Amino acid sequence: MSDIKKIKDDYIDKLNTENNIEKVNNIKSELFGKNGIISNEFKKLGSISVEERKKLASDLNNIKDELQNKISIKIQEIETKEINLKLEKEKIDVTLPERNIEIGKIHPVSQVIDEISSIFSEIGFSVEEGPDVENEYNNFTALNTPDNHPARDMHDTFYLDNNKELLLRTHTSPVQVRTMLKGKPPFKIIAPGRTYRSDSDQTHAPMFHQVEGLHIDKNINMGHLKGCLNYFIKEFFEVDKIKMRFRPSHFPFTEPSAEVDIGYEIKNGKIVIGEGNKWLEILGCGMVHPNVLKNVNVNPSKYQGYAFGIGIDRLGMLKYGINDLRAFFETDYRWLSHFGFDPLDVPSNYRGLSR
Amino acid sequence: MKFTVDWLKNHLDTKFNNNQIIDKLTNIGLEVESFESSTSELDTFIVAKIINAKTHPNADRLKLCDVDVGSNKTIEVVCGAPNAKNGLLTVYAPPGSIIPKNQMKLSVSKIRGVTSYGMLCSESELLLSNESDGIIELKNNKYANKIGEKYFKNTSEKVIDLSITPNRPDCLGVRGIARDLSAAGAGKLKINKKSNLKYRGNQNINVTIKKEKAQGCTIFGSCLIKGVTNKESPKWLKDKIKSLGQKPISAIVDITNYVMFDLNRPLHAYDSDKIDNEIIVRSSSKGESFEALDNKKYILENDMCVISDRSGVLGLGGIIGGTRSGTEYSTKNILLESAYFLPRSIRKTSKQLNIDTDAKFRFERGIDPLSIEEGLIKASELIKQICGGEISNLNVKKIDNYKKTIINFDPFLFEKTTGFNVENKELIKILEKLGFDVTKNKKIFKLVVPSWRPDITQSIDIVEEIVRIKGYEHINTSEPIKTRLKPTLNYYQKLFHFLQRSVASKGYLETVTWSFTDSKINQLFKENDEEIPIVNPISSDLNVLRNSIFPNLLFYLKKNLDRGFKDISLFEIGPAFKGKNPGDQLTVIGAVKAGKVSRLSWNDKERIVDAFDVKKDVIQSLCEAGIDKDDIVIDDKTPSYYHPGKSGGVYQNKNEKNALAYFGEIHPNIIKKLDIKTEGLVIFEICLDYIKETKQKIKDSKSEYKFSDFQKSERDFAFIINKNFKSQELVNIIKSVDNKLIKSVRVFDVFEGENIPEGKKSIAVNVTIQSEEKTLNENDLDNINKLIISSVESKSGAKIRS
Repeated sequence: MSDIKKIKDDYIDKLNTENNIEKVNNIKSELFGKNGIISNEFKKLGSISVEERKKLASDLNNIKDELQNKISIKIQEIETKEINLKLEKEKIDVTLPERNIEIGKIHPVSQVIDEISSIFSEIGFSVEEGPDVENEYNNFTALNTPDNHPARDMHDTFYLDNNKELLLRTHTSPVQVRTMLKGKPPFKIIAPGRTYRSDSDQTHAPMFHQVEGLHIDKNINMGHLKGCLNYFIKEFFEVDKIKMRFRPSHFPFTEPSAEVDIGYEIKNGKIVIGEGNKWLEILGCGMVHPNVLKNVNVNPSKYQGYAFGIGIDRLGMLKYGINDLRAFFETDYRWLSHFGFDPLDVPSNYRGLSR
Repeated sequence: MKFTVDWLKNHLDTKFNNNQIIDKLTNIGLEVESFESSTSELDTFIVAKIINAKTHPNADRLKLCDVDVGSNKTIEVVCGAPNAKNGLLTVYAPPGSIIPKNQMKLSVSKIRGVTSYGMLCSESELLLSNESDGIIELKNNKYANKIGEKYFKNTSEKVIDLSITPNRPDCLGVRGIARDLSAAGAGKLKINKKSNLKYRGNQNINVTIKKEKAQGCTIFGSCLIKGVTNKESPKWLKDKIKSLGQKPISAIVDITNYVMFDLNRPLHAYDSDKIDNEIIVRSSSKGESFEALDNKKYILENDMCVISDRSGVLGLGGIIGGTRSGTEYSTKNILLESAYFLPRSIRKTSKQLNIDTDAKFRFERGIDPLSIEEGLIKASELIKQICGGEISNLNVKKIDNYKKTIINFDPFLFEKTTGFNVENKELIKILEKLGFDVTKNKKIFKLVVPSWRPDITQSIDIVEEIVRIKGYEHINTSEPIKTRLKPTLNYYQKLFHFLQRSVASKGYLETVTWSFTDSKINQLFKENDEEIPIVNPISSDLNVLRNSIFPNLLFYLKKNLDRGFKDISLFEIGPAFKGKNPGDQLTVIGAVKAGKVSRLSWNDKERIVDAFDVKKDVIQSLCEAGIDKDDIVIDDKTPSYYHPGKSGGVYQNKNEKNALAYFGEIHPNIIKKLDIKTEGLVIFEICLDYIKETKQKIKDSKSEYKFSDFQKSERDFAFIINKNFKSQELVNIIKSVDNKLIKSVRVFDVFEGENIPEGKKSIAVNVTIQSEEKTLNENDLDNINKLIISSVESKSGAKIRS
């Protein structure tokens, strides 16, 4: 007994100081291999008395368990140490730059168009489009602006032929004409798109964007127009309160006509919408003129409704604090990166219009 | 339209203060653009202080003064005044000022080699006294705190500037504005005093309005005023003319202008002694000419309405008079004209000759045809009062009689249109104050439209009159009606939206450029499209509609490269024009990618952008937009602006006529022509119109979810094949060996050169084989392998590499 106890103690001591995995494995086979010390002790059991055998067997088993346990702990200990050492050596500088990221952006005009479409979609409008090149009839005559009318001078028009038959549309209103000519009332559409006028200075660009709105049904009146635009402006500027003013104006294709101003003030050099006592004109609108309805084969004694036209670029400038209209179209990499929107930032009702 | 509140009060009894008047004007549709003092030439003269006066280096008598003019920096002025000294407060005139004494305009000038910015003024130069020996010496106690302020107080009355919409000619005169204000409750319109003018003699210059088809004049009223003394206008009249922003000329001209702005009644005064016998109102003949009061000679076309005498054209009726019969200070006898010209005729003539005058502006919009006499009387009275003279009887020739416009108005239309109700009593009151003659017939109003309102022709016009005078604030704000008639976006609009954001998410910045471009750049990209010139372009380098998006994209790419950016990815989605008719346009994405990938990367090898970068962006974007990748076929035929060997076309399937996309390197010639300096430039374009609409919605088009759990095997093959043989075809040959078992074929290596014969290349492919019914054994796989090799070898002439 004392022999094997001594063996055990010796090996426990050995194992305690051993740090080499191979040597631990050697110890393992020294003890438990075919001719290992402990294996041989077990072999001796057959040659001793039953009395002794019972006691010795129990002792041997305890010693075997203790040693095996010690060995596996030791192996795990050494392995863990080795792995940690290896991982420590593999350490990289995670502050080194990642692979190049290329960040794309959506142009503010596109973003604002999506915002506008999202808002009007909520109240049942669908999106229509029309061509950039228009004929004189759709752009002017059908819209109650005959050739001898001075209102035509309000639009500096780009022409594509000397007879002034073909032109670049000066507003999105011809989409009204096209939509009504090809369908039957009721109509409830918005039509965003490019528009063109031949003037160019700090505040005018030869190309800009408008969104047209049209709602024609049996009982649509100016109250609905006011309600619709009030809703739109509040949603668009994402403010609770909006100061809005309807004031009479004149467009040949609507009657009565109105221009809409919103209240604002300048705080710390920035425009704040909805407060203050200054007024800013943002759109024109009115009840579609009976002459226009007649021109598109809609009976004005049965159907009526409103139309509006909003400058998209201008709205974007106001909402996102952009000062210079011309910069919209100059493709300056810095400007596009600065004012552009993340492609995943899709305006929607449930997620919110803007981040 | 400009006027002062004082002037308005000649026509309106009102207790409203200025701000109330301004608000009321805007509320009834007469938009106030501004309300401020008219600018004066004297505004530029400011109080200044000489900080340091030293002797001019090249002239003993001159001084060099550093002058404090109230800004951060002092200004250097050369001055010859003996009294210029340090600390003196005086009056400074900056360059651009007009010196009252001699009307000279100051400019920056060198005086004896030293630049002088403006001057210091003497009293005589400012017409304050005859003192010219030295510059003004201002008293310290009064002016020490006013350095930089205007020296002359602007005492002129504040001027209201209205933006009058083209439908309201009646408000191009102060009386019309007063009438609108009175209807809106802002006061009472004053009744015009009855004239007690004494007429003597007849207007004995014969007037004929020729009855011609194109005759642009229907009424010509006139009177003679004999024995006048033309002179400078009195101060009140000059002030009125100045408040309009105009220069006083002479009493007679100023009076006709004054009446025009007061009553919206244009007039013209002729020196009657210069008229050759008679007045003939007729249509011009091509080639006739005259010298107009703007000192330009106009050569006329046929059918322009002219006022003429026996010698020829005197002036263009309602547009501009001529110098031959113009009034001067020496004029003794005048013929005063008050006529009616047809808006259409005025508009046509003025457009043809490109003339814009105050009279033209008014006649074009429609003048009150019943104001002929009123205008003659008012102007004659003033002329008699200021210039003396005797007035003849009024002579009015007409070839057409004014017909009243009558509207039968159902007041229900008002409520139907505006959504609110106005009592009949109030409605009548508003209309009567606006000048309508109202008679009620049961529920319908019979309205006689005032002669000064040519814009009012139908019931809806009456609704507008009532609602604007009543005030738009009375219109309710109804809750939006949410009813939807059809989906917000159609297939192509959704596609636009997806592709736009899909391309942007690949690292491209979206831009928006003009729809027009420079024909010189455009022609490099227009292929077989017709060029579409703009007749009146904004500038010569934006003179055609773009046939492609690339001309503008490359133009701006170059600008950004010139700014020092190297790696640039840009795209635009928008129209490309294929013809000049409405609808001849395609919706296209154009994208450019320049520079390098992994530039200055510490771990990746940097390389120049290549065709496969844009191929990935195109294919991935198309897939994200819903196109099945398995349907996509690539071809190597591309437009001429692509590198012929390094570009491809993308088709939705084999038999499609139009490529829905192209990608690749741009042709080196184009880079050279446009002088674009970059290491590499690849581009792609997607034409949205060529993408076929999938009729099925995604909810209906998803196929059954099915996959095989049997073991799959991968086998690699390498073939030696002709260099020009397309890998896509090789892949197709292998797939067609067994469409069921062969799940995928992937090219993983291509090379030429060492060990490969001239004109050949080696392509290595990895083939995945899997059955849906069983686990394939070695024998099955061997068979497939053999079949793949034999098919490829027989169909492509390739040889398997051993």
